[in-house]
Amino acid sequence: MIAEHVAFGIIAAVMVASALRVVTTRDIMHAALYLVIVLAGVAALFLLVGAEFTGITQVLIYIGAVIVLFLFGIMLTRTDFDQDEETDHKRKFPAILTALLLLAVMIGALVDRFEDVKLDANLPGGQTPQTTAQVSDELFSQYIVPFEAVSVLLLAALIGAIVIARREEGG
Amino acid sequence: MLNANIAAAETAGKAVAASGWFLENAWLIWLFPAVSFLLILLFGKRFPRGGSEIGIAAVGASFVFSLLTAIQWISEVEGGAGGALTQSITWLTNDGQAIGAGIMIDGLAVMMIFVVTVVSLLVHIYSTDYVAGDRRYTHFFAFLSLFTASMLFFVTASTTLQMLVGWELVGVCSFVLIGHWWEEKDNSDAALKAFFTNRVGDMGLIIGVSILFFGAGTFSVIGVNEAAITGSMSHTVTLAAALCLTAAVISKSGQFFLHTWLPDAMAGPTPVSALIHAATMVVAGIFMVARLYGVFFEGFSIGGSSINTLALIGGLTTLVGATLAFVQNDIKRVLAYSTVSQLGYMVLALGVGAWTAALFHLFTHAFFKACLFLGSGSVSHAVHSFDMKKDMGGLRKAMPHTYRTFMIGTVALAGLPIMSGFWSKDEILVGTGGWGLFGGTGGNGAYTVMLAMGMVTAALTGAYMTRVVYLTFFGEFRGHGTPHESGPRITVPLWILGGLAIVAGFINFPAGFQLVPASWEEKFLHWVEPVGVSYFPTIKHATPSWTLAIVSVIVALIGIGAAYYYYFVRVRAVSPVATELPDGPTSRSAVARLGHRILVNKYYLDWLYTTVIVGFVKGPLAKAAYWTNQNVIDRVVNEAGTRSVQAGNIVYHKVDQLVVDGIVNATGKISDSSGEELRRIQTGKVQQYAAIMFAAATILAGIFIIVI
Amino acid sequence: MYLNEMLLLGAVLFCIGVYGVLARRNGVLVLMSIELILNAVNINLVAFGAFHDTVQGQIFALFVITVAAAEVGIGLAIVLLLYRNRRSIDLDQVDLMKG
Repeated sequence: MIAEHVAFGIIAAVMVASALRVVTTRDIMHAALYLVIVLAGVAALFLLVGAEFTGITQVLIYIGAVIVLFLFGIMLTRTDFDQDEETDHKRKFPAILTALLLLAVMIGALVDRFEDVKLDANLPGGQTPQTTAQVSDELFSQYIVPFEAVSVLLLAALIGAIVIARREEGG
Repeated sequence: MLNANIAAAETAGKAVAASGWFLENAWLIWLFPAVSFLLILLFGKRFPRGGSEIGIAAVGASFVFSLLTAIQWISEVEGGAGGALTQSITWLTNDGQAIGAGIMIDGLAVMMIFVVTVVSLLVHIYSTDYVAGDRRYTHFFAFLSLFTASMLFFVTASTTLQMLVGWELVGVCSFVLIGHWWEEKDNSDAALKAFFTNRVGDMGLIIGVSILFFGAGTFSVIGVNEAAITGSMSHTVTLAAALCLTAAVISKSGQFFLHTWLPDAMAGPTPVSALIHAATMVVAGIFMVARLYGVFFEGFSIGGSSINTLALIGGLTTLVGATLAFVQNDIKRVLAYSTVSQLGYMVLALGVGAWTAALFHLFTHAFFKACLFLGSGSVSHAVHSFDMKKDMGGLRKAMPHTYRTFMIGTVALAGLPIMSGFWSKDEILVGTGGWGLFGGTGGNGAYTVMLAMGMVTAALTGAYMTRVVYLTFFGEFRGHGTPHESGPRITVPLWILGGLAIVAGFINFPAGFQLVPASWEEKFLHWVEPVGVSYFPTIKHATPSWTLAIVSVIVALIGIGAAYYYYFVRVRAVSPVATELPDGPTSRSAVARLGHRILVNKYYLDWLYTTVIVGFVKGPLAKAAYWTNQNVIDRVVNEAGTRSVQAGNIVYHKVDQLVVDGIVNATGKISDSSGEELRRIQTGKVQQYAAIMFAAATILAGIFIIVI
Repeated sequence: MYLNEMLLLGAVLFCIGVYGVLARRNGVLVLMSIELILNAVNINLVAFGAFHDTVQGQIFALFVITVAAAEVGIGLAIVLLLYRNRRSIDLDQVDLMKG
């Protein structure tokens, strides 16, 4: 049990640090790479709690696809100003204040409600891993309609992205 | 799931509830025309006769059912059962309060079903000729069906909520049918007027039903009446509810001061007018009072009184309607005001506690008024006009069937003996109990004033109907072309109604009449009036008096005689085409002229509503202000202005330039700079908006967490 | 493991993401911050799913991942269009709604 805590602590610390770098670094390329670390940390956490399929999906889609998309975006829109200090607003104070306020509210609520609830509280022998088979059973039975809807959404997003980003004729 | 819920179970030891297949399935009667409405709307145009055959078949079926229902009811009553039969299903349940819907069949409902289906069936048949070739023929029959269905639904309702639904449906149908030829602005205006005037009263009904629900804790008609009669609902609540419901009656049944929509409703096709005036729309108010009579009887303390709101409204209406009928040139408008007047009679009768007399009059009036309306429609069909003075006259030879049936209707309306109107009108006069001087006894109070009003109206009724008959059927034809009698689809319904107008009165010979066997007396009362049931107040019945009957006939004859002398003798002597005397009273007497002008302007009620009340909001307020401005203020200003100039000059240099301008400029500057400051919030930068949104949501979430 | 460990991590990542969305001027960086927010949500979903021993948390997380992918595709297309029209992806210059 201690090992879990230690593993979680290390992953969490790395993730928070990387996330902070994502939102503070001035080099946009670095930001993307730090984001990879955060996303990988999330995937690791998923594996830690036994959500194998979701963890793998996280790696495949986020690190494999989304980050690549970001890198493409960065390449295509690269300008000089990415490197200088103007990636942030001059006055960050309102943003910091809002974020801290939000954090305070959430931490207050969580600590108040789930003070020392164990993640595996309802299972004496530790949580049973939720297998991929279970996920697929649920997904293709009870959640088949949302699944289909999401596939249509993806198609729409694909077409939409092409239409928006398409270069006009001769333009 | 129907569960037979027999009222007698609640009133054990009293009247036994009636039963029987037709009584239990009376909901079929309104279902037929309701289904017919949908069928005509959907498929009517594909039928060879444009859907009219569906309507006639459905209403015919309803008529047969209502006849059988009536027969079964009568046999039950004669067999000793008299309690209302109610059936209901749970419509919806809210907060443990089940709200039922169902039918309540008793003598009143059976009588209404019969009247509505008879008149509606005849109107349907009549309409196939009257509106033949109309561009919205199918549409017309569809709404005629719905109109009938709504009224039947209304009269069989077992809860006040259902009554409200039926009431509104009837209102909507009348709106549609009055505005049937909506392309002409007058017609659509009339439809709107009818609808809006009725909305005023509908609010009264909604509030009244709500008060009754909170007072009695139920929507059931029986429950509400019982609560009022047993006193479990306080008198104040009952009175408040009765007043609200009276407002509904005033608008729906065309009672005084909201009757103005009724004559305008003549813009609709004549069969619709007949249906509205005889069987459906306007009698809904009368029926509602009769249905919730416990509330009215207790609320207005009708027993042992000599005047109350309901009786007073009825009395005024009957007079106002009768007087206004004199100055109309449009034959349908005369009949419309006559309806107003007769409805006044019914409300008066209800107000004085003569419940049976009111409904008996409703019953007889339905037949002779439908006969008169359809007769006027037949006339206008022949001369293509409703104007008696310009386009009618001398039609008695050209249209013998219409003439004879119209005469029957006229005599019945005037209340001359053996005609149906005589029996019912006489019963109302008896019921006022204000006839001590004629040697009668009984009654619920001493409503002498109401008796006087009824008597005067009896004379006026005879007189204005004589005028109509002369202008329409006597003298020489004043219109164009050659009028012809209408076809059988018009004359047959006329003769049926004419026949009913004669005999309908025979079902309620007064007690102690002696000219007929005693077993024929007061049949209507026996069949219709609930006796020994918990939902109907104990009302007293006045004993009829020969003296009163004779006096009222003499009064009516005086009215007829006066009009006869004026038109048939004096006017005819001038010329066969004359419609009034060249040196008539209006040209000789200033008082008569004034009276005439007031009547032509309908007691200035329309003027009051549209010009004063409505116009006050938009026009004359501005006009008054303008007039005041021009005549009062301007003069004052001009006077004052010249003298002010000198003073102003001084003020200008000393005060204005220094103090006022300073303040004004400072105000401007402050506004300008504060606007400039505020403008910064509106940066157009999405991220700032997002920041504000996030912060606000966070603060709210924090507040929730702390509070909860 | 405590449930709160996961939830608090999610809260911290969420707030970092919010900060990024509000403070960054570069359109691509804003989109990255949005990814942080969505991942924080996913952590919560999976944590609650594990807590209740159901797979529904995971299934919702999968839907969120899918929708996020679609969102990135559209978002980047918009940024690209912005860049093409203005030669810049500085969101401060996108202020046509300024009052």
